[in-house]
Amino acid sequence: MSSASTTAHSVVEPSANSKRLAGFLVILYAVISMIPLAWIFATGWKTPPDSISYPPKVVFDPSLEGYCNLFTTRTRQTQDYIEAQGPPQGACDEVTRKREMVIAGPSNYVPRFINSLIIAFGSTFLAVALGVLSAYAFSRFKIPLADDLLFFILSTRMMPPIAVAIPIYLMYRELGLSDSALGMILLYTAVNVSLAVWLLKGFIDEIPREYEEAAMIDGYTRLHAFFKVVLPQAATGIAATAIFCLIFAWNEYAFAVLLTSGRAQTAPPFIPTIIGEGGMDWPAVGAGTTLFLIPIVVFTVLLRKHLLRGITFGAVRK
Amino acid sequence: MAEIHLESVTKRFGDVAAVQDIDLVVQDGEFVVLLGPTGAGKTTTLRLIAGLEKPTEGRVLIGGHDAAPRSPAERDVAFVFQQYSLYPHLSVYDNLAFPLRAPVRRQSREDIHKAVERVARMLRIDHKLENRATRLSGGEMQRVAIGRALVRQPSVYLMDEPLSSLDAKLRSELRLELQHIQRDLGATMLYVTHDQIEAMTMATRIGVLDHGRLVQIGTPREIYESPRNTYVATRLGMPAINLLPAGAFAGAAMPPGTTLIGARTEHIVVDRGQGGGPRARVEWIEHLGDQNHLHLVMGDHRLVTLVGADTNLSVGDELQVSLRRPLFFAADGERIAA
Repeated sequence: MSSASTTAHSVVEPSANSKRLAGFLVILYAVISMIPLAWIFATGWKTPPDSISYPPKVVFDPSLEGYCNLFTTRTRQTQDYIEAQGPPQGACDEVTRKREMVIAGPSNYVPRFINSLIIAFGSTFLAVALGVLSAYAFSRFKIPLADDLLFFILSTRMMPPIAVAIPIYLMYRELGLSDSALGMILLYTAVNVSLAVWLLKGFIDEIPREYEEAAMIDGYTRLHAFFKVVLPQAATGIAATAIFCLIFAWNEYAFAVLLTSGRAQTAPPFIPTIIGEGGMDWPAVGAGTTLFLIPIVVFTVLLRKHLLRGITFGAVRK
Repeated sequence: MAEIHLESVTKRFGDVAAVQDIDLVVQDGEFVVLLGPTGAGKTTTLRLIAGLEKPTEGRVLIGGHDAAPRSPAERDVAFVFQQYSLYPHLSVYDNLAFPLRAPVRRQSREDIHKAVERVARMLRIDHKLENRATRLSGGEMQRVAIGRALVRQPSVYLMDEPLSSLDAKLRSELRLELQHIQRDLGATMLYVTHDQIEAMTMATRIGVLDHGRLVQIGTPREIYESPRNTYVATRLGMPAINLLPAGAFAGAAMPPGTTLIGARTEHIVVDRGQGGGPRARVEWIEHLGDQNHLHLVMGDHRLVTLVGADTNLSVGDELQVSLRRPLFFAADGERIAA
C-alpha cells in the first residue's frame, strides 16, 4: 500500500500472483461455459451414428450430413430408384444417397430463421425506441406519480412472462395475432420495454441536462436537442439495452412454442422438431443451433465496445 | 444587441425563493456582473432571462419585448455554462458550428465556416478544430464554450461563472480577452461570478445578490467605496473588510448610531508610535511576495491589513492602530454616511 497514489485513475496494482489467479479463474470459467457450445458445434459436423455413439467421440471424421439434413427434407427410396436418378447433384445429394434417401426439397429452417430475424430485431428496435423515449420523459419531466409508474412498469417483470401465457393465448386468438410476426413482435416488445425503460433511464439520468439546455439556447427545439445531443450520448446505453433485448427475443422459446406453429414460427421451437429416422437428428440440431448463434454473436461483437462500457456504467466513473 | 429588463421578477422552487423581486436593467452594450456567493440566485437569474426557467412573478423583457411567450431558441441569447459546456460527441469545429446549424438560423456552409474560423482565431483555438471536444485542456474547453456563444450575434450574452473552473493564470488571461471581445463587439453582457476580482475588473456595473435579492447595483467604484450595508462591504476587498464594534475605537469621530466600523486595509494606519490610540499586537504575518498580510490582535478583536513587503515588523510587535475615513454601519448593518 506504500504506493497509494491518489489520482482519479490509479488503483492499487494487484500482485503478480493475484493476477495469475484471476486469469486462471477467468479461463476456467470460459472453458466451462464454452464446452457445451463446442460440443454443439462438433455435433453439427458428425454423422448421426457418431453423434450418439458411446463413449462419445471427441475425434471423428467431419461430415456435411448435419448441415445437409438441416436444410433439406428427404424421402427414403429403393436402391433402384436412386440409381435411376443418375450421378449425385452436389455433396448433399451424395451424403443423402448413402442413407438410401433422396432430397425431396428444402426444409423450413431458412424461413424459420428469417422469422427469428424479423421478430427479434423488430421487437428490439421497438422496445429500445419506446424505451428511450419514455426513459427520457421520466428522466427530464415532472410526471405525476413518476415513481409509481416506474414501479408499475417494472412490476410486469416480477412474474415469469409465461405465467400470463394463457390469457395472452386467448387474447391473441381473439385478435387474430396468433402465429403472426406482428403478434410476436408486440409480445416481445411488451416484455422488453420495461427492461429498456429502466436501463435507459439510468443512462439518460447520467447525461447532464445542461447539454439540452445549451442546445435549446443555441436555437434547437427540445426534440431536435434530443436527437442531436441526447441520443448520441446515450449510444452506449442504447447499445447495451439493445443487446439485452435482442438476446431475450432471439432465444425466447416458451411463447414461441405456444403462439406460433407455421407462418411465424421462430427458429427456437423449430430446431427441436428436426427429427430424423429413428430419433432426433442430432447433427442437424447441432448445425441449426450453431448457425442460430451467428447473428447474436455478430451483433454483440459489433456493439462490444459499447457493451463493455455499458454494463459497467455507473460502477466506474470516468 | 438589446437591453434586458427584469421587472420585479420572483422565482420560487417550492417554498424556496431563489430570486426575490429583482428589478434590473442591463443597457445595450453594458457589461453587468452579478456578484454573490453560492445560492444567492445568480444562476437562476440568468436562466430566467434565457427562458430555461419561468418566473413565478414579474416580467422579463429582452429588447423591449416581453420574453414570456418565446422559447429559449427564440430569445436569441447566448449562454456560457459553468461546466458541461461542450457537446462531448462532437469535434471542436462542430461544437462551434452547432448554433449556426440550428433550424432557426440555417446558414450556408460557407458562412458557417467563415464564422467558425473567425471565432477560433480570436480565441486562439484554430489549431484544435478537428479535436474531439473531450480531448482538450480545461482552458481550451472553456474557450470553445465561449466561442460557441461568440460565433453568432445574439441580442445578449449570458455567462455563468465561465472562468471558475480554470487555474489562476488562465483565468486572468481569459478575463482580459473577454473584456476586449465585449468592447469590440459592443455586446450586452450579463455575467455571473462569485469572484470579486472578475467583478471589479470587468463590470460596467456590479449587482450584488444576497438570498435572491438584489442588494445594491452600481459601478465597481460605488460598490467598493459606498457599500449599502455590511453584506455588500464584505463582498469586495482583499483582504476582506474588518468589521469592528464602534467601542473598539472609542475616541474616534463617528456619526451617531454607529455600531460597527468597517475598516478596509486602506483605512488602517499602523505605526510604532506611542500615541493614545488603541494598540494591537502582531499575531501573524503572511508573506505574499509583493506585500504582506498582517494579522493583528486588538483586545478581543482581530483584524487583517496589508503592509509593504519590506516591512521590518515581526510577530509579537506592539503597534498603534488608527483609522483614516473608514465606513460606518448602524445596528441593522446599513451604512451611515460619514
